Amino acid sequence: MTLKLFTLLLQAAISTVAISLISIAVGFAIAILISAAMISKKPIYVFPARLFVSFFRGVPLLVQLLLIYTLLPVIGLNVPSIVAAIVGMSLCTAAYQAENLRGGFESVPRGLIEAAEVTGLNPRQTFFRIRVPIALRLTFPALINEAIMILKSSSLVSVVGIIELTKMAQDLASSTYLPIPIFATAGLIYLVINSAVALIGRFAERSLGGAST
Amino acid sequence: MSLPAIAITKLVKRFGDSTVLQDIDLEIPEGKVSCLIGPSGSGKSTLLRCLAFLEESTSGMITINGEALGFFETPNGKRERLPDTQIRAVRAKTGMVFQQFNLWPHMTALGNVSEALKTVHKLPKRQAEERAMAQLRKVGLENRANHYPSQLSGGQQQRVAIARALALEPKIMLFDEPTSALDPELTGEVLNVMRDLAAEGMTMVVVTHEIGFAATVANQISFLDHGRLLFSGPPSEIFAKPRHPRLDQFLDTYLDRGASMLA
Ligand SMILES: Nc1ncnc2c1ncn2[C@@H]1O[C@H](COP(=O)(O)OP(=O)(O)OP(=O)(O)O)[C@@H](O)[C@H]1O
Ligand SMILES: [Mg+2]
Repeated sequence: MTLKLFTLLLQAAISTVAISLISIAVGFAIAILISAAMISKKPIYVFPARLFVSFFRGVPLLVQLLLIYTLLPVIGLNVPSIVAAIVGMSLCTAAYQAENLRGGFESVPRGLIEAAEVTGLNPRQTFFRIRVPIALRLTFPALINEAIMILKSSSLVSVVGIIELTKMAQDLASSTYLPIPIFATAGLIYLVINSAVALIGRFAERSLGGAST
Repeated sequence: MSLPAIAITKLVKRFGDSTVLQDIDLEIPEGKVSCLIGPSGSGKSTLLRCLAFLEESTSGMITINGEALGFFETPNGKRERLPDTQIRAVRAKTGMVFQQFNLWPHMTALGNVSEALKTVHKLPKRQAEERAMAQLRKVGLENRANHYPSQLSGGQQQRVAIARALALEPKIMLFDEPTSALDPELTGEVLNVMRDLAAEGMTMVVVTHEIGFAATVANQISFLDHGRLLFSGPPSEIFAKPRHPRLDQFLDTYLDRGASMLA
């Protein structure tokens, strides 16, 4: 295991982290909209939102990625494979995060929403000022879990030609004939990244401690 | 006679098939304290929630300072829902305090009290917080401004909730059993804030099981039973013997410190 190999793995790990973080963030924004649609009680919003969630939770991420990668050019969108990868991962995590958030929204006590109503907040203000922050606090641990799941699933984006940590390890292992130290190092890098995420999560949760219900 | 703060006429509220409020007629005078008492399930909260427009009545009418709340009914029974902007304007005349405080857990005491000033009334942050701080001072919690609800006792939380409602300068304050969720030793601090408010001339409608508070602070007591308003009047009349048999029965079951003095 030379320094050169290690540097290559680290560079690939940066792709892994970047793709994952962008997907988590984009997925989160989509998830807010999807979960808002799910709790809207209006069938024209609820139905497509449910369809979205069941599709992206029901179809393997690998298949989704291949589908998006092959579908985008057909509909005339010639995007680089990194974009296809991020779109696929974002949509997939959006489905899971939406389901989490819906649970969070539904466990915001009714009285807190009524308190917003009697103080004159309109439904949109109530949603963004009261429901979202409280639901976020309630679902924060699930969000951290999802971030870790996405970091691990990101190895799948290699099927659309992205060289991330796992793919780099595979390539290096076959070219150097040193599979065990390389895979062990890759595993260790995943472990360090995910432990950091978990730690940041725990820290953030604690600093929200005074605000917990 | 000046206009009543609240006038309720022929108010009916049904949930599906069950009638929870039946033909309620009641006038609440301005600047006075009006208590709603009655057994559990008699419809006290529902009536108060109709006044806050958290429930929409089935028929009948409510006016606040002479302005219709939510619905307008012509004498021949035609009922119209008023436009949202008008509903909002009339609702803004009332403030509501809940049994469970309902403070927003992600905001400090100051944040709770200044929230609507910032988001609804669009006051600059500094100004909103100054006004909020003045309200917190009024309920004796200036030094708890930066505490989150979870760091406050029940009594303190309820006082913050009162400050939150007062910050919007309502004409009328609605209270739904404001001390029922509190440990007995904490009810006093909340009742004292309410007494001060009454002494300042705030119009208050209070659903309460604190018969002692009702007997000493209220100008008007209304007794609800099975969704009907059985009678209403000043405490001296209501509690004078001989009493209405349903009230006697009720006082027997709620014989607390306050009620025992009337026994
Ligand atoms: N949202 C609702 N849907 C159906 N029934 C309801 C609803 N809210 C209240 N009720 C019913 O209306 C009746 C009156 O309830 P309400 O809460 O107004 O009573 P209350 O006098 O405040 O009682 P308590 O002293 O226990 O608070 C009860 O029978 C209750 O079950
Ligand atoms: Mg009640």
